[in-house]
Amino acid sequence: MTEDIGTEPTSNIRLAVNGTLHELEVPDRKLLSDVLRQDLELTGTHVGCEHGVCGACTVQLDGEPVRSCLMFAVTAQGHEITTVEGIGDDPENPSDVQQAFIDCHGLQCGFCTPGFVTTIDAYIDENPNPTEEEAREAVSGNLCRCTGYQNIVSAVCRAAELRAEGASQ
Amino acid sequence: MKPSPLRIHRPTTVDETLDLLAARGDTGKILAGGQSLVPVLNMRLAAPSDLIDITSVAGIDDLEVSGADGSEEICVGASVTHRRVERSADVTRANPLLGEALRFVAHPAVRNRGTTVGSIAHADPNGEMPMVLALTGGRIEARSRRGERTLDAEELNIGPLETSLESDELITRAIFPALPAGSRTGFDELARRSGDYALAGVGMILDVDGETVTGLRCGFVSVTDVPDILDLGEAVSGAELGDASTVAATVAEAVRDFIDPGGDIHASADYRRHLAGVIASRLFRRLCRSDGSSGRGDARGASGRGEDSLVGATGDDTESRRA
Repeated sequence: MTEDIGTEPTSNIRLAVNGTLHELEVPDRKLLSDVLRQDLELTGTHVGCEHGVCGACTVQLDGEPVRSCLMFAVTAQGHEITTVEGIGDDPENPSDVQQAFIDCHGLQCGFCTPGFVTTIDAYIDENPNPTEEEAREAVSGNLCRCTGYQNIVSAVCRAAELRAEGASQ
Repeated sequence: MKPSPLRIHRPTTVDETLDLLAARGDTGKILAGGQSLVPVLNMRLAAPSDLIDITSVAGIDDLEVSGADGSEEICVGASVTHRRVERSADVTRANPLLGEALRFVAHPAVRNRGTTVGSIAHADPNGEMPMVLALTGGRIEARSRRGERTLDAEELNIGPLETSLESDELITRAIFPALPAGSRTGFDELARRSGDYALAGVGMILDVDGETVTGLRCGFVSVTDVPDILDLGEAVSGAELGDASTVAATVAEAVRDFIDPGGDIHASADYRRHLAGVIASRLFRRLCRSDGSSGRGDARGASGRGEDSLVGATGDDTESRRA
């Protein structure tokens, strides 16, 4: 196999993001986080540390939170990706988790917020009635450098309440 | 940071994977969950020309507990995620140490994608899974176009981030034996941030007959180069559970003598050695205190992060414990 110097392997891929199927050509090495932001212009997914520590790039893969900076877009094919835009993209009609962040003042600068929203959205499905301690544990993989954890922990519990109310209506 | 240019192959069968490995093994890497590998690529600590993504390969995604009671084994396929193992009630019943240690592997978002076999193949001394494989007497099966072989943990782990696998070999599955009824297990570690790599971690299997200790083995995270096992059976056998505090001091000292940690900006070698002793002492007392119901079959009872957090430990291993 010969390759021209200066070119790099690319692939034509099909990505299902927020219910829409996209076909695009990307370098094999391109991270899912960069494809979401640069190719699909879904800039709600934030890029922080790029080695899996900060959690800002968290998206849902088939409903489960994952780090989009630790996946190649090529390998995301065949999965359903949900970004923060897929959870709620309308300021007039926020999702339950987004509303909980508003209610509890759970966001300060907002950089880490999308990763928290995608993480918590999946978490309260798994644990619909978290204690404060469980809520703290649930967000321990996401870093907030405004030191806003107190309100974020409250937002986890509030989001669970809102979801339970929504489900009972 | 970004990885250097590379090509990703997405085989769908084991044979296709082995062909790719045979052709590209020297310059290629297996990519499963990528939760350890991709950070290494992002930071350009490694720059393989080819990645072989095995997440779509058929036949290596099984998680099963098989065999009769007493000789049960947990077989974890190469593409099985930590999360699937962690959530399996059968796994927890057969080998609670696996689930206990898995809860310390990063965070759910990483465990959702990362694979147990991948951790074992990565052979990071900071990793929990290589230690659990060694401590519970597990083994792996590896295949190449040349054939198949089985390696126990001692044969597999030869150095930090280094295994005895050849470049054309794929670990198809890891096999963890069930623990015998009556054994009590515990795992704990201390890290600077929740879910971070441990400064020191200890896994423990305590065998008990009635009120008498009959065996004790310890494995370590972040304080030995490979997952060496310390067998304290001779030193503590015959001790009564009621004497846990006295015996715990012996255990801690043996642990400190056994390990050979390195130092870095996060913790000196002496501090890591001290921490490992403290953790071992506390684990031992905790396991002695547990009745049978909090050993095998109830992983959370014997450990769990909430019960006795070591975060903020000052190194005082005589501090009183919360009930």
